[in-house]
Amino acid sequence: MFWTKNCSLILLITTLLLTTLLLSGCSGGESNVTTGNREGILHWGNGTDPQELDPHIVTGVPEHHILTALLEGLVLKDPATLEPIPGVAESWVISDDGKTYTFQLRHNAQWSNGDPVTAHDFAWSWWRALQPALGNQYAYMFFPVKNAEAYLKQEIDDFSQVGVKVLDDYTLQVELTHPTPYFLQLLDHYSMFPIHRATIEKFGAPDERGSLWTRPGNFVGNGPFLLTEWQLFKKVEVTKNPYYWDAASVKLNGIRFHPTENVTTEERMFRSGQLHHTASIPINKIATYQKNKPGLLHSHAYLGNYFYRINTKLPHLSDKRVRRALAMSINSKQIVEQVTKGGEVPAYTFTPPDTLGYTADAGFSFNPEKARQLLAEAGYPNGEGFPVTELLYNTSEGHRKIAVAIQQMWNQYLGVNITLNNQDWKVYLNSVDSGDYTIARAGWIGDYVDPNTFLDMWITDGGNNRTGWSNPRYDELILKLAPKAGDRETRYKLMREAEALLLEDMPVIPIYIYNSKSLVHPSLKGLEPNILDYTLYKKLSLEQAPTNSEEASH
Amino acid sequence: MFRFILSRLLQAIPVLLIVITATFFLVRAAPGGPFSAEKAVPPEVIKALEAQYHLDQPMWQQYVGYLNDLAHGDFGPSFRYPGRTVNELIAGGLPITAELALYAMLVAIIIGVCAGVFAALKPNTPQDYIPMSAAMLGICMPSFLMGPLLVLIFGIGLEWVPVSGWGDLPGDKILPSITLGAGYAAFLARLSRGGMLEVMSQDYIRTARAKGLPERVVVLKHGLRGGLIPVIAFLGPAFAGLLSGSFVVETIFQIPGLGRFYVQAAFNRDYTMILGTTVFFATLIVLFNLLSDIVAVWINPKLRHQLREGH
Repeated sequence: MFWTKNCSLILLITTLLLTTLLLSGCSGGESNVTTGNREGILHWGNGTDPQELDPHIVTGVPEHHILTALLEGLVLKDPATLEPIPGVAESWVISDDGKTYTFQLRHNAQWSNGDPVTAHDFAWSWWRALQPALGNQYAYMFFPVKNAEAYLKQEIDDFSQVGVKVLDDYTLQVELTHPTPYFLQLLDHYSMFPIHRATIEKFGAPDERGSLWTRPGNFVGNGPFLLTEWQLFKKVEVTKNPYYWDAASVKLNGIRFHPTENVTTEERMFRSGQLHHTASIPINKIATYQKNKPGLLHSHAYLGNYFYRINTKLPHLSDKRVRRALAMSINSKQIVEQVTKGGEVPAYTFTPPDTLGYTADAGFSFNPEKARQLLAEAGYPNGEGFPVTELLYNTSEGHRKIAVAIQQMWNQYLGVNITLNNQDWKVYLNSVDSGDYTIARAGWIGDYVDPNTFLDMWITDGGNNRTGWSNPRYDELILKLAPKAGDRETRYKLMREAEALLLEDMPVIPIYIYNSKSLVHPSLKGLEPNILDYTLYKKLSLEQAPTNSEEASH
Repeated sequence: MFRFILSRLLQAIPVLLIVITATFFLVRAAPGGPFSAEKAVPPEVIKALEAQYHLDQPMWQQYVGYLNDLAHGDFGPSFRYPGRTVNELIAGGLPITAELALYAMLVAIIIGVCAGVFAALKPNTPQDYIPMSAAMLGICMPSFLMGPLLVLIFGIGLEWVPVSGWGDLPGDKILPSITLGAGYAAFLARLSRGGMLEVMSQDYIRTARAKGLPERVVVLKHGLRGGLIPVIAFLGPAFAGLLSGSFVVETIFQIPGLGRFYVQAAFNRDYTMILGTTVFFATLIVLFNLLSDIVAVWINPKLRHQLREGH
């Protein structure tokens, strides 16, 4: 039979075939960084793969990076200060009562097919973003706009009652329910980006999820870059958009966004010159980079915090003395120095300090003595009689290490017994959301730079509260008094009062403030560190410096 | 032969139906839904999303609807990637995973069979012990260790090959193929050694030698024929295993294949994607098992004879 007679021949052929296939053009290849620097193409590690490129559907940070390259809202942010700077809107006027914003759009803003960008585009895009059937998970970003919430909830069905008005082709007026000092901040969130009406309608109904308009070739945008390629799990490529109004100041010729879900692989890609910029860095590599290549490691404070939620509905945790005792016996300084080791900052307030000038007063400190005393007052001297309490976290080595450290601290300082439980992400979300937990790990990233994004979540029955905690005075301060405050100082004072109430009652234990860490190749210039990790791609450039891939390797 | 294939195909239908039904209800029974997120979403939006994907219908209705779509070859839309259908995602990932699996298979066959036959020629001597110890090591070493080790040595240390990707940079297919194939190579080495040892002690081998044939011909012509039967039987399931088991390698090397979808879909509670990939892999496994049975019958006269007798 053929097979047996020619067995050795087959083996030989397969060997040759395989060698040819695998070795075709092996080695001698130039690294992405070298090619990129020569051609002006930035190689950007972008974390997980984008789910979609429709700004009214997506929810993640990777999508944010790509969409800010492809689209542009009314305003942008100055990456150094995070204060608003002109985008499509050339200028804007805010009424004296702070409730009416009138935007003057620039006449030279164009879509990537040459159509002008007008006020109608914004009004139509916002109408679309609020269509319930679209399932826009960031629809709440519109809630400061008058009647936007009622429209989304279908309490009213006439969009003309929503506070968005086109005065003329280049003038857009927005009316808010309350003066919302952070409203301009929201405008460069992708949920408020404009999209090209004719393109959307060409590929389906306006409220159809996942029509083909976001594919390369179909996508029409108004940002500094054009979508040229999108291969799932492989790459998203954008090239410079000649129709962009500020094209003259765009220095890059293109960006290639690499999905880098696995941080360890991402670091290896960086080391071998495949990336200019990583989305993250493995924790165990931080020390090596700090020691050997400190110039490549970029690290700065981030607008987010790591904390524990306490289920205040449970009998033994309904006593605030118990909750405070737990908080005061966590040595968060030790946790950031010996466990997380990534330059995080211990947190004694809920809102990260210096959030656009807002810093709350520390609500507690590490004080085991006082903690023991509080626990004894609550009826558990030296932890006697304290029920075995479960600490829940979503499955991750990092969360486990922190939980183990805190378990030991609580046992050592308070004499209480804590068991650890980890759950898969979606199971964990379900448990916390349905109140089926005792103490649970959590994190919060601000949507915009204002203390409100950290404080309005704790109102009674707020969707993100999930602790069962409620305080009428807190609700009044956050929902009624602060929004009406005339100036920033008065408003921050009210917010500080609210945060003091929150920290006094302690339904949450702040542990540390996040820190953003990435690896950056020296040839990448113009990157400004800021607490939002906000990047203005048009400011970035690549320098054909004498640096090469060897410099990036260890 | 025809009746044998037909009966095996008919047997596959209830198997697949059980797989579909169990998966369908299990994914829905798992806590947490496709749209749960850390940041609370307005209930109206959740409702709209559920209506869009028919999750608001009674379970049986969803089930019947799904079977109906499936009968038309439609796996449905992905929940996680709103603009993509599951068919499209599978079609995108399959060629890459298949290519990876094919190379891994070739690596496994070449290294495995050579090492196994080589070892079997002089059993219980260093020529046997050395490749077999290496094989043992290969079986024991998981790909999540093997992969990074190879990357460290050949990718970062020697800079011979890229550390990640698939078809982007020259030579980037080498390390993933070897990593995925190594475990199977080790297994094949042990299988072919065993097969060869058994065959080489048979009477017909002694006859061949007595006829004065050179040892090379005895081994390659008479020995391999019988010695590789267990290897052939293993290849079908192994290929299906390579296709569905490439997740770790695809993650290490950032390869946009099907294995990653499969596992990510489960984490994301992407119901249609979990079902689609499961049904797809189940079908593949059934098919490859059938194929390897057919090949086994084809090359093994004993089995062929049995079939003809109607056993």
